[in-house]
Amino acid sequence: MSDSVDTANAGAGGVLEAVIGLEIHVQLATATKMFCGCELSFGEPPNTRTCPVCLGLPGSLPVANARAVHLGLMIGLALGSELAPRSIFHRKNYFYPDLPKGYQISQYDEPLCLGGHLGAVRIHRVHLEEDAAKLIHVGSSGRIHGSDASIVDFNRGGTPLAEIVTEPDLRSPEQASEWLKLLRSTLRRLGVSDVNMEEGSLRCDANISLRPAGTSGLGVKTELKNMNSFRFIERGIRAEIARQAEILRGGGQVVQETLHFDPASAAITSLRSKEEAHDYRYFPEPDLLPVTIDPGMIDAARADMSELPAERAERLRAEVGLNAESAQLLAFRGELGDYFEAALAAEREPAPEPQTLANWIAGELVARLAEGEDPAGSRVEPGAIAALVGLVGAKRVSVGAGRQVLDRLVSDGGEPEAIVEAEGLAAIGGGEDLAAIVAAALQANAEAAERVRGGNAKAIGPIVGHVMRETKGRADGTEVSRLIHEQLGV
Amino acid sequence: MSVTDIRELSAVAAAAEIGAGSLSAGELFSAYRERAAADRVAGPDGLNCFTWVAAGAPLTDVSGPLAGVPLAVKDLFCTEGVPSQSGSRILEGYLPPYTASAVSRLTEAGAALLAKTNQDEFAMGSSNENSAFGPVRNPWDRERVPGGSSGGSAAAVAAGLAPWALGTDTGGSIRQPAALCGIVGLKPTYGAVSRYGMIAFASSLDQAGPLTRDVCDAALLLSHMVGRDARDATSLEFPYAIELPTAERLDGVRLGVPEELTGAGVEPGVLEAFHASIVRAQELGALVSEVRLPHAPHALSAYYVIAPAECSSNLARFDGVRYGMRAEGALELVDMYTRTRHDGFGAEVKRRIMLGTYALSSGYYDAYYGRAQRVRTKIAEDFRSVFGEVDFIVTPTAPTVAFGLGEKTGDPLAMYLNDYCTVPMSLAGIPAISIPCGLSGGLPVGLQIAGPAFCENRLLETAHALELALDFDGTPARV
Amino acid sequence: MRCTVIGRDEVLHVARLARLALSEAEIEPMARELSAVLDHIARIGELDLTDVPPTSHVVEVSGALRLDEPCVSLPREVVLAQAPAVSGEGFLVPSPQA
Ligand SMILES: [Mg+2]
Ligand SMILES: [Zn+2]
Repeated sequence: MSDSVDTANAGAGGVLEAVIGLEIHVQLATATKMFCGCELSFGEPPNTRTCPVCLGLPGSLPVANARAVHLGLMIGLALGSELAPRSIFHRKNYFYPDLPKGYQISQYDEPLCLGGHLGAVRIHRVHLEEDAAKLIHVGSSGRIHGSDASIVDFNRGGTPLAEIVTEPDLRSPEQASEWLKLLRSTLRRLGVSDVNMEEGSLRCDANISLRPAGTSGLGVKTELKNMNSFRFIERGIRAEIARQAEILRGGGQVVQETLHFDPASAAITSLRSKEEAHDYRYFPEPDLLPVTIDPGMIDAARADMSELPAERAERLRAEVGLNAESAQLLAFRGELGDYFEAALAAEREPAPEPQTLANWIAGELVARLAEGEDPAGSRVEPGAIAALVGLVGAKRVSVGAGRQVLDRLVSDGGEPEAIVEAEGLAAIGGGEDLAAIVAAALQANAEAAERVRGGNAKAIGPIVGHVMRETKGRADGTEVSRLIHEQLGV
Repeated sequence: MSVTDIRELSAVAAAAEIGAGSLSAGELFSAYRERAAADRVAGPDGLNCFTWVAAGAPLTDVSGPLAGVPLAVKDLFCTEGVPSQSGSRILEGYLPPYTASAVSRLTEAGAALLAKTNQDEFAMGSSNENSAFGPVRNPWDRERVPGGSSGGSAAAVAAGLAPWALGTDTGGSIRQPAALCGIVGLKPTYGAVSRYGMIAFASSLDQAGPLTRDVCDAALLLSHMVGRDARDATSLEFPYAIELPTAERLDGVRLGVPEELTGAGVEPGVLEAFHASIVRAQELGALVSEVRLPHAPHALSAYYVIAPAECSSNLARFDGVRYGMRAEGALELVDMYTRTRHDGFGAEVKRRIMLGTYALSSGYYDAYYGRAQRVRTKIAEDFRSVFGEVDFIVTPTAPTVAFGLGEKTGDPLAMYLNDYCTVPMSLAGIPAISIPCGLSGGLPVGLQIAGPAFCENRLLETAHALELALDFDGTPARV
Repeated sequence: MRCTVIGRDEVLHVARLARLALSEAEIEPMARELSAVLDHIARIGELDLTDVPPTSHVVEVSGALRLDEPCVSLPREVVLAQAPAVSGEGFLVPSPQA
């Protein structure tokens, strides 16, 4: 699944391959901040969720949030990481107005979780750290001596983050965004985070380099920062691959740097100039003792974990009887899986066949909702779609009529039986009524009928279409086809 | 009781008198407050001990065990609504919105906040000449330094301007000024007292402790400071209650004299007083032997990597954004940072920030910080092995008596050597007390006694017996 | 004993990392003083420290974690009271993008 970039004369091979690793910051679903008791902020007025600790006031000291450690362990378990029996917080020193202490408390060479994998992508590490505050650029309105200014809001400062770093196992922008969706559903399923990119509770940076296809060395990489939607991730990575390819194609060298992708202009700009050497002077945080993870903490984390997507996919396949593709889809888009299982659990009669129900949810229903919308939030009750699929399965409603019922469910909610009743959408049985309509259709499409009789199976289309029009889609397609062939004697 | 008599009382005695109803807490507070305020007003003509003096007695519950006895607190302890500047221009006038845990515990036990004491800027110094608020003078000789960095606390207690005081010790900052001012200073086991609200110098070394006129007072103050604080992850539950010492003998107590800290570099007059007190200890029944701390001579080097490294990071928060001063007229962010920090920090602080930044910077970490932390391991091992043979180690607290103002300011390295005997205990996190043990050239000499972690009660007993036997007259010519 | 020489460029580089302005007159003395102290410190280079683990904390305790329980935050007027420059609801700084 590797994306090759065609280049005429790019050094060794001519064809370049992208090597992509991701760094994902996930805001953990704790009640309070990483190192103080301030509640997490969700749009409160600026600087109302702060205390001496998260403001970095002189004399204040951090104390690590036990629940953040717990959630970090859950992530490690879900990714199959090795959980460090002892991990250490380090200080990452640099100056920026959103960083109140002049250092970020993060983890360095002894992180909470090491290794693991999700799907085909290996995990390098998972560590805990604190988020920075928010800078609001106020431009000329908040001038300081005639120059542009910013306002700092420390509400977000100190929010607990898990940073998940992958190995450079991804090869294309599409693959990267697909994998990130998989990670998101895994984390959502775990309940460790809201994982909402738009609200910033899931943020992704990408490390990107190119190398001649088929080689195993690593080229010089750049770091593309803070792409805040799946679409931008794909576009950003694609743009950076193109940029690097062009440099290499021209015989130049990629410079290791941190870059910013502007989704509006698709421009990639350097975030930090080269001469400002970055030297974070990491050293063990003396205000915090090493975090020791005992078996009890690991047991507690395991006990808190719901079924993971991979496990769920296997269960949906083996126990519920879905095909592999549907099982995978419902497991990794956990909200669809939840909705599917709620529908099954409604125990409606006639009972829907699980695979058909899965197809209706993942196909018909999802197509009628907004991109990424959780069906649980729609007007269609899980029990309603279960009932609908049951009616269709029992041939009491045709597929076509079923789609019309679903339209109504999406727009107004309600119960399928009632809609079928009110709209007169009940299937027309195979009896005299339907036979008469078929006969009329054969007459009206005599030419097509002749061709069908002559062995052209495809010519049946207009005849079926006629019947469906006449019955407003209530007829069962299979029965119509049977009657046509019967009446034509073929 | 006359005002002079009141001030003659030790803190333990004063608390007892108030408890018995024979002394009023308000009267005691006023007696000290007047003296402290006079020193504050006198500026450079006084001792310059204080950076702030209470306008009146605080609303203290005098029924507590500390009975409203006034307390002077080093400037770097945050005290809500009261200037807390750590001796620095960058924090001039800073009023914190909260109070340090150690101070809260004491005021909850009945101590009354009397004053904030002058100190070396951010506790970096051994002479109290690195204060943005001017140097403190030694009450024994106004032309000499009181030691540092808790110089204001030490001088105030020695001069009778406060019954007792809080200080902090990172590499000797309680013990050395106590020695140079002829009073008692105790650095507790690292973690015994919460650091929450202490404006940090070097987090892995900083520890709060008492500066007092005698060992009993130190025990009383300490007993209300120790204990685990949920807001300081490095604080520990103290395993037992601190008791007031009563010992008069040292029968069977094994004292070790490390040759590394009692030889070259210690001035003859200091050594003489030190050896005389060892003889007194033997007379009280102590068993004295020579011990080895082979890595102690490297402690100073390790300390001057670790402490500056931590301080370079701890002081990064002083950036002119949320509190403290900001250089005027900066149009650009980096310019605001660099000029604020240039103007706000004094020379020694800048030197240590530079040193620490260098030691942590890319390519130097292993050679400096990494190595220093390994030396630290060896030093702690040295102590562990020695404490298998003896109960305590005794050394002079400082290699010299109080030196002249300005005498060492031009030579940072000479200044750093003041910490030669106190830094090893800081690196090992073990408790150590300095008690006055005699005079050299009319100036006090300190005796340092150090023991294993959490030996404070035994340490205080030993110091108490020696204090009695040494019978040091702690009265400088009162200012 | 080796002689550590910190040059002008190194002093300026470190000062830049530490966000510390140094006047022209301060650079040379700083270089000299740092060199002298580093020379002294260099003595630890003589020790054999193979296989000696580093000590970051003299006390080793575990479980010093905080329960995820909310505390009361400070009122904003208190938060902003000590700031050198404030605009509306926040701390005012020269823009990092400027
Ligand atoms: Mg990070
Ligand atoms: Zn907070």
